[in-house]
Amino acid sequence: MCGADSRRSNHHWKPPMTALSALIRRDIRIALRVGGGALIGVLFFLTVVVLMPFAVGPDLALLSRLGPAILWLGALLASLLTLDRLFMADHEDGSLDLITMSRTPLELACAAKALAHWLAAGLPLIVATPVLGLLLNLDMVATGAVALTLLAGTPALTFTGMIGAALAVTLHRGGLLMAVLVLPLSIPVLIFGVAASQAVIVGPMTFGAPFSILCALSLVSLVIGPFAAAASLRHGLD
Amino acid sequence: MQLSGHDLICVRGGRQVFAGLDFAAVSGEAVAVVGRNGSGKTSLLRLIAGLLVPAGGKIALEGGDAELTLPEQCHYLGHRDALKPALSVAENLTFWADFLGGERLDFTESLATVGLEHATHLPAGFLSAGQRRRLSLARLLTVRRPVWLLDEPTNALDVAGQDMFAGLMCEHLSRGGMIIAATHAPLGIDSRELRIGGVA
Repeated sequence: MCGADSRRSNHHWKPPMTALSALIRRDIRIALRVGGGALIGVLFFLTVVVLMPFAVGPDLALLSRLGPAILWLGALLASLLTLDRLFMADHEDGSLDLITMSRTPLELACAAKALAHWLAAGLPLIVATPVLGLLLNLDMVATGAVALTLLAGTPALTFTGMIGAALAVTLHRGGLLMAVLVLPLSIPVLIFGVAASQAVIVGPMTFGAPFSILCALSLVSLVIGPFAAAASLRHGLD
Repeated sequence: MQLSGHDLICVRGGRQVFAGLDFAAVSGEAVAVVGRNGSGKTSLLRLIAGLLVPAGGKIALEGGDAELTLPEQCHYLGHRDALKPALSVAENLTFWADFLGGERLDFTESLATVGLEHATHLPAGFLSAGQRRRLSLARLLTVRRPVWLLDEPTNALDVAGQDMFAGLMCEHLSRGGMIIAATHAPLGIDSRELRIGGVA
């Protein structure tokens, strides 16, 4: 009985951490393997940005003025590309049933899955940004500013997108529905992300104000996203 | 430990699957849920697992761990086996062991028990249907849970596999576990029959 008691006090704080890190490691591993989503996102980002100079034409001044907006749009679409599978894959193979039943709170499991998605699919986009900045005639400072705003803003995209991914499971509809639901939610992030980058390049606004709001948006979605997604998944139990 | 359901009503997709269902199971007992297709065998298991919400009635577990909910003390083995084709056999199993937590067994030992020790590093995508089922059974062994909810557990298992599985169920029952299995084929162990929705 003593053994049982020590185990009991144990499984309230330590195992949830083990469980969450196991979930994060699994999702990242799957994303990085063949057929996973991490590489697809970066390739899509690359394609969108490379196509832009051809569409806009060889006007370097115009290109550098549009640069931050193009990079942000590319990153937004690329992060949505793989996000709709966030819960769908687990739902289809029955993993979601076991995750729902487990001792780990569903909210934390959702947060862990979103974090893993951001690490595997969001972070590579930010790493690729300096290279793509060259193609858009952005100087070092401007590229740095865009990369910094992406670093602060893409968590918001992932964590609000997670709500759409959970609804896609609940409503048994994938892909397109998710884009329709999530894109309006990402408008504020887009506005302040591009505004902060533009502030560095052309002024006259300060970088601090829009950047702070961008950080605030990320923090709010970090809190709301997991709860909304878990509520949606629970409601859709079937 | 006693698991009981009283006056359960299950509604899915606006259609009543069953109503007024009572059942009870005690430690060391296996209950075989039988009935024709669509009578609600899987629904009953999912109600117990907390994956469906009953439209009426209640399910209670007496004498279990007071700090854990009923689903947290259950293993659910459904039609879908919760395996990731991109991960190896060992990675799949260690993930579930880490994630589900609690008292656990060494995973190599349970893989040897289900006869998959030669395939440890093989991606799960290359396994046959029977091997996938064996890997799911290894999850039940690696992580200890007192209540096993099994949905057609012997599907895709060969004769030797069914014998092996019957042995595992006996061992689980002898340790004071409980099994509720939805099945068409005989389980291969002594079990009490719970019939849903008339004679098949």
